Amino acid sequence: MTRPAPYANPYVAGTGLGLVLLAAYALAGRGLGASGAFARTASGAVQALAPGQTAGHAWFGRYLDDGGIGQDWLVLEVLGLLCGAFLSAMLARRWRLGIERGPHVGSGARLAAACLGGIAMGVGAVFARGCTSGLALTGGALLSVGSWAFMLCAFAGAYACAPLVRGLWR
Amino acid sequence: MMPSDSPLVAFGIGIAFGVALERAGLAHAPTLAGQFYFTDFTVFKVMFSALVTAMLGAFWLSRLGVIELAAVHVPQTWLLPQVVGGLVFGLGFVVSGLCPGTGCAAAASGRLDGLSTVLGMFVGVLATGWAYPMLEPFLVRTAYGPLTLPQALGVPYGVVVCGVVVVALGAFRLVEWQERRT
Repeated sequence: MTRPAPYANPYVAGTGLGLVLLAAYALAGRGLGASGAFARTASGAVQALAPGQTAGHAWFGRYLDDGGIGQDWLVLEVLGLLCGAFLSAMLARRWRLGIERGPHVGSGARLAAACLGGIAMGVGAVFARGCTSGLALTGGALLSVGSWAFMLCAFAGAYACAPLVRGLWR
Repeated sequence: MMPSDSPLVAFGIGIAFGVALERAGLAHAPTLAGQFYFTDFTVFKVMFSALVTAMLGAFWLSRLGVIELAAVHVPQTWLLPQVVGGLVFGLGFVVSGLCPGTGCAAAASGRLDGLSTVLGMFVGVLATGWAYPMLEPFLVRTAYGPLTLPQALGVPYGVVVCGVVVVALGAFRLVEWQERRT
């Protein structure tokens, strides 16, 4: 009873994910996203802590002219994502407090690498105006040129860097 | 069908998104990292079956008049910043083993490496956003608006849709063959 359930077939799960994306197009007129919620939250945090910094700021300002963080579409969607993933992991008995890492890397190094990787993805997402969900997947299925360019370059960057960080995973 | 910006729709779509990512095994960093060592192609299979499903769905539903494709927001193109941003993002992807969406899913499944990725993302977005006024001259270069591949290539939309399906099916066969070898 306590063993975690196996993951779904990737093609079935992918088709399900595609139907979720299609529902977002049809119901909301937009796709999925993740990094945009970080942008909105970061802008809100700066506004709360250093209001002088956001006034007239070319980037923060763009995320703040809505009805507040609780009204932001992507923030609500990411809150849903967190709830959905939590429920799904619980139901499949996969929820576990722990650290996923390669066989030859310590917990501290893994957490540091995860954070550094996150920072690099944050930089890349601001440069590209989106991430794997909001730009690559959402725009890829709508045949956006920038989405395909980003997706190909993200995979290229990851493959190019993989041999250098082999110790993290192999 | 008229798009709605109801908060309930946003939250509901998010729940389904989180369930799909978790069920697919994409909240598990070693699975994602395996993609870049040619040992596990879950990322590619999930991402491209999702992309093909949504692409075909949007194409046919708009042909049948169920949805108005013009009412769907197409992510805009800033070619050069997206090339550079993609390369930097990819580097972060293999170092972390997660991306922003899957990082959130991992954190919600109790994984501290997911939480660490999410915190790093926040710092990266915040710092780059802060520096935006300095970076702006580069970040607004090569702006093409909501340009699509059919427009850029000058071929009908359906031809590109068909091309993507053919490439995806071929690539699925290739990765299945590679997985059997290892």
